[in-house]
Amino acid sequence: EKSKTTFFDKLNKAVAGKSKVDDSVLDNLEEILVSSDVGVTTTLKIIDRIEARVAQDKYVGTGELNKILREEIAGLLSEIDSGNATDFVVPKHTTGPHVIMVVGVNGVGKTTTIGKLAHQFKSQGLNVVLGAADTFRAAAIDQLQVWADRTGVPIVKQEMGSDPASVAFDTLQSGLNQNADVIIIDTAGRLHNKVNLMNELTKVKRVMQKVITDAPHDVLLVLDGSTGQNAFEQAKQFTAATEVTSLAVTKLDGTAKGGVVIGISDQFQIPVKYIGVGEGIDDLQVFNKFEFVDSFFK
Amino acid sequence: MFDNLSDKLDKALHVLKGHGSITEVNVAETLKEVRRALLDADVNFKIAKDFTNTVKEKALGQNVLTALQPSQLMVKIVKDELTALMGGDVAGINLKGSPSVILMSGLQGSGKTTFSGKLANFLKTKKTKKPLLVACDVYRPAAINQLHVVGDQIGVEVFSDEGNMDPVDIATKAVAYAKQNGHNVVIVDTAGRLAVDEEMMKEIENVHRALNPDETLFVVDAMTGQDAVNTAKAFNDRLNFDGVILTKLDGDTRGGAAISIKTVVNKPIKFIGTGEKMDAIDVFYPERMADRILGMGDVISLVERA
Ligand SMILES: Nc1nc2c(ncn2[C@@H]2O[C@H](COP(=O)(O)OP(=O)(O)OP(=O)(O)O)[C@@H](O)[C@H]2O)c(=O)[nH]1
Ligand SMILES: Nc1nc2c(ncn2[C@@H]2O[C@H](COP(=O)(O)OP(=O)(O)OP(=O)(O)O)[C@@H](O)[C@H]2O)c(=O)[nH]1
Ligand SMILES: [Mg+2]
Ligand SMILES: [Mg+2]
Repeated sequence: EKSKTTFFDKLNKAVAGKSKVDDSVLDNLEEILVSSDVGVTTTLKIIDRIEARVAQDKYVGTGELNKILREEIAGLLSEIDSGNATDFVVPKHTTGPHVIMVVGVNGVGKTTTIGKLAHQFKSQGLNVVLGAADTFRAAAIDQLQVWADRTGVPIVKQEMGSDPASVAFDTLQSGLNQNADVIIIDTAGRLHNKVNLMNELTKVKRVMQKVITDAPHDVLLVLDGSTGQNAFEQAKQFTAATEVTSLAVTKLDGTAKGGVVIGISDQFQIPVKYIGVGEGIDDLQVFNKFEFVDSFFK
Repeated sequence: MFDNLSDKLDKALHVLKGHGSITEVNVAETLKEVRRALLDADVNFKIAKDFTNTVKEKALGQNVLTALQPSQLMVKIVKDELTALMGGDVAGINLKGSPSVILMSGLQGSGKTTFSGKLANFLKTKKTKKPLLVACDVYRPAAINQLHVVGDQIGVEVFSDEGNMDPVDIATKAVAYAKQNGHNVVIVDTAGRLAVDEEMMKEIENVHRALNPDETLFVVDAMTGQDAVNTAKAFNDRLNFDGVILTKLDGDTRGGAAISIKTVVNKPIKFIGTGEKMDAIDVFYPERMADRILGMGDVISLVERA
């Protein structure tokens, strides 16, 4: 709270009666944004937008700048991030259940996010089925099984080492047979520069379409909130392999800010849907862009 | 992003070329690009600033030797400084205790459990030790299973106490077990925790106090951004750890967090993780890391072209 007031105070003082924001304020803003992992390119973009906005609108009053700042930063986040979504909405499809495929690099929080999502959907009274398509990592299947037990939803699994595409296929078939509302497929963590593993993911996706033609409806890329600029490359490569449709940012209960998603959402036009704020079953929130931006200045 | 950087550096270095000595004016643009390269590589904001200031002091007034272009001299200064910062000697691991106790610590998902297995495998196959892995993560779903699977893969025994929720008690029992059964190294895997989670930080502090480990290692994901300094400092304040493990370097991250952490806690980076398999472990080479962070391959080829 302290540094927030300090920054906005400074900002207000520095631009009072002027049509130009002075350099020390911009330096300060640069430091805050870069330190939140926004990255240099996106930070410069934000600063340009603010300068342009202030030059055009002139400075009107206290609070106005604060508003401009929030608007300009939030403006970079994909249009679909309305900033006031409050629900975990599941669309209906004529083809069958809504299928979510969860992807990302190692250890970002995919499996945990799936557990939390299953809980949210289940508490809306929806029928959820989980698919354990991480057949590689030690005890990954057991881990998802624990979440299935916790949330009381069925899980489809095979042996460790089996073909992930085959697990995904089975899961969709089972979900279809059970008249499920939502199917969530867990996948193994993989670094985006490993071509074979990325191809495997493309295959998993393709195989799902043999069961439900328009599946997966949502490819959710999970990003660790403490990751720096490498998240860009992750978004790029996972999008190339699977056409990512939404993002989840995890571990925002720590001191990391997750600012890199601003540039990602801007460049790839992918909305941020969820944020993870803990390891517990309830620690998943719908993304709110203004709250997110505000957290940089806290 | 890096292509863009190369273009800019090209221009920046061009300014330096043809000048007899490095001055405040002709170095400014280059320093700006170096700073930007560091920030793009996730070096902490303040540390990048301090670093470029140091480089500037070293560079100013230096006469260009006949053999070197000013730009080459700059690159050399930057690289030498970075390597020096990253630490000179390859740091070993302390195995003097009987048994030697090694404690893992770090954030969630950083790679502690995987690295515990890799280290056990390394000590078993390369140092003919008889390690015992200890499962002290009592929270993460299937964490104990995970360590058992890893132990089976490498043929190393795993000590666990399913249902026991007290990591201090489990760790203490494990050391006693190791002594009775001729294990000369004990590797204690712990739950991931955030530095701001006071209860969990107390817990690992208690484990640390009870075990008095020969080596306490801080395991960190090489893709970590600006927050690396906060986390490393907080863990070091509580545990005064002996070394750092940098994981997931098989990715394409520049790994600037390595500089930030080294600067903030001044502890050696001892090993790196380069894959998910049990043999994907390597010792840390400061110079290679310096090259990687700055994309030195690119920079040097630029200078040669200039
Ligand atoms: N503090 C915090 N921890 C989280 C959050 N989400 C996940 N975690 C923890 O991060 C660690 C890794 O989570 P997983 O769900 O296993 O990650 P994953 O992406 O499935 O990992 P792999 O399958 O190994 O690639 C676990 O210890 C989780 O409890 C979060 O929002 N906050
Ligand atoms: N590519 C790659 N993956 C790694 C490396 N080290 C660990 N991993 C993967 O990262 C993920 C997390 O590793 P874990 O060992 O479970 O991490 P942890 O720190 O024990 O996680 P928590 O116990 O949940 O805090 C797994 O998918 C591992 O396979 C590495 O060096 N390279
Ligand atoms: Mg997983
Ligand atoms: Mg673990």
